Amino acid sequence: MIAGRSRAKRRLAAAGLYAAVGLYVAFALFPLFWTFKISVTPQSLLYGEGITVWPSAATLDNYARVLRATDFPRYFLNSVVVSVTTAAIVTLVASAAGYSLSRFRFRGKAAVAFLLLLTQTFPLVMVIPPIYRLMGEIGLTNSLTGLIVIYTAFNVAFATFLMQSYFDGIPKDLEEAAMIDGCTRVEALRRVIVPLTLPGMGATLGFVFTAAWSELLFALMLINSENQKTFAVGLLTFIGKFAVDWGQMMAASVLALVPACLFFAFLQRYLVTGLTAGAVKG
Amino acid sequence: MTSLSSQMAEAASRSGSGGRRRALLAALEPWAYLSPALVLIATVLLVPLLFGIGYSFRKFSAFRSEFVGLGQYEAMLHDPILGQALVNTLWWTAGSLFFQFFLGLGLALLLDRDFVGRRLVQAIVFLPWAVPTFLSGLTWAWLFNPIIGPLPHWLSALGLKAEPTNILADPATAMWGPIIANVWFGIPFFAITLLAALKSIPSELYEAAAIDGANPWQRFTRVTLPFLAPTIAITVMLRTIWIATFADLIYVMTEGGPAGSTNTVATYIYVSAFKSLDKGYASAVAVLLLALLILYAVVLIRMRRLFARDA
Repeated sequence: MIAGRSRAKRRLAAAGLYAAVGLYVAFALFPLFWTFKISVTPQSLLYGEGITVWPSAATLDNYARVLRATDFPRYFLNSVVVSVTTAAIVTLVASAAGYSLSRFRFRGKAAVAFLLLLTQTFPLVMVIPPIYRLMGEIGLTNSLTGLIVIYTAFNVAFATFLMQSYFDGIPKDLEEAAMIDGCTRVEALRRVIVPLTLPGMGATLGFVFTAAWSELLFALMLINSENQKTFAVGLLTFIGKFAVDWGQMMAASVLALVPACLFFAFLQRYLVTGLTAGAVKG
Repeated sequence: MTSLSSQMAEAASRSGSGGRRRALLAALEPWAYLSPALVLIATVLLVPLLFGIGYSFRKFSAFRSEFVGLGQYEAMLHDPILGQALVNTLWWTAGSLFFQFFLGLGLALLLDRDFVGRRLVQAIVFLPWAVPTFLSGLTWAWLFNPIIGPLPHWLSALGLKAEPTNILADPATAMWGPIIANVWFGIPFFAITLLAALKSIPSELYEAAAIDGANPWQRFTRVTLPFLAPTIAITVMLRTIWIATFADLIYVMTEGGPAGSTNTVATYIYVSAFKSLDKGYASAVAVLLLALLILYAVVLIRMRRLFARDA
């Protein structure tokens, strides 16, 4: 009797779990699905058919026009260059800084943490005019390098906090044991800490990549020339130029999702594996 | 515990036995790791920040600027739009943060369990976060549009709205549009960070708690929450600041309208910086926002320290 009731209870819990998961999935996918739906809807059916889950005829015309007749392929490439470079540099710089904050006690540490926090607080818009002037003076306007420098600086503080929390999660005695066994700090770092921090580094890469990929304000301010535009700027100017060509805009948007999807597929491994738990156990 | 402290003492005595040069190197070591981050932040952010503060004491016109002292700050006192923007910022931030955090925590707890298709589900539910922000704004604006989007019709079918109209066009409901888009976009942020923290909880603790006969709620409050607390504190604090200064989404969806009902301090700064020539006033408003956020951070850090001492 009791066993039967607990089994029913367990089934109910499982049903609740799947229902909750289903709601999250539906909420996450619905707007993306809608974007995709619009992107394959022919212009002639867009306003005529009302609200349908799927148009009576689907087309890839919007994609063909985006790829052949617009500058989106170039915008796309520019965004890839900027985002990948920014993510790689930030992860390296933030790993070093996060390690320092996690493992050392030193004078001025609280001041450094406060400084990093401060860079998180000031409104972006406040530094746009002065950055624009300074970048102009060193010749970095209208250049992807200028964007990379700015995005790197702006993401480094948060990435450092993130990496610090990952280092904090790794027991200190693991590396101290390695150092007592005769490793130098650098060896201990390479053999013990870095492998354990890979999930954290993967997450940091992902965070920074997406932040750089979707940044709009600075790109809009600093980039004027057509062949240096990032995807965000390109899409925004596209809206201005072709006021209501939703089909093409949504097609371009779906294309912008592709690298994000690929990146996340790649990141899954690092986010999922609980390396730390394994190390503590073993 | 004792073995850890004895190891630390041993390590400390080993480093203490070196010469003065080694001591100096040891003192410089943490700064060496920090220096690339600090140099970047100083040159690209702090120097411009000081320039920006300087702007707030000036008045700009087409070809020149003049020093006006606290004139811009005085003008803020008589600006009704700014007053409304401050109230809107509070609603926008609190509303977004509340739903992002609790839905994100729920998602992290779900993903921490084993079920069929978990990896695929995780990939799907994290996806909104990879969607460029202003694109999320456009997509949601589109969904709320009664001519093409489905939401007004569904809301009216559910009896939540009398007519299938655009909630973004009604000053009473417009703020919900950007908040919902922001929640959609922000849930994965909390879910990812909290899930990473959940994964780092040693499983022995749960095993020990289970052996001691703890029920799921006790395991959650006694094991999970204390372990998550530092991550929660830091993510909530950083996220509050991000949301409060986050102008893109609102700007793309409503441009602060209708009738200023979704105008936050951040969008107000954006609009006054780029649509009027007077960068001085925009900078002064930005300094006000900056001061409020620093105050918030300091209060939160103090509270956390107090809380940590009590625990």
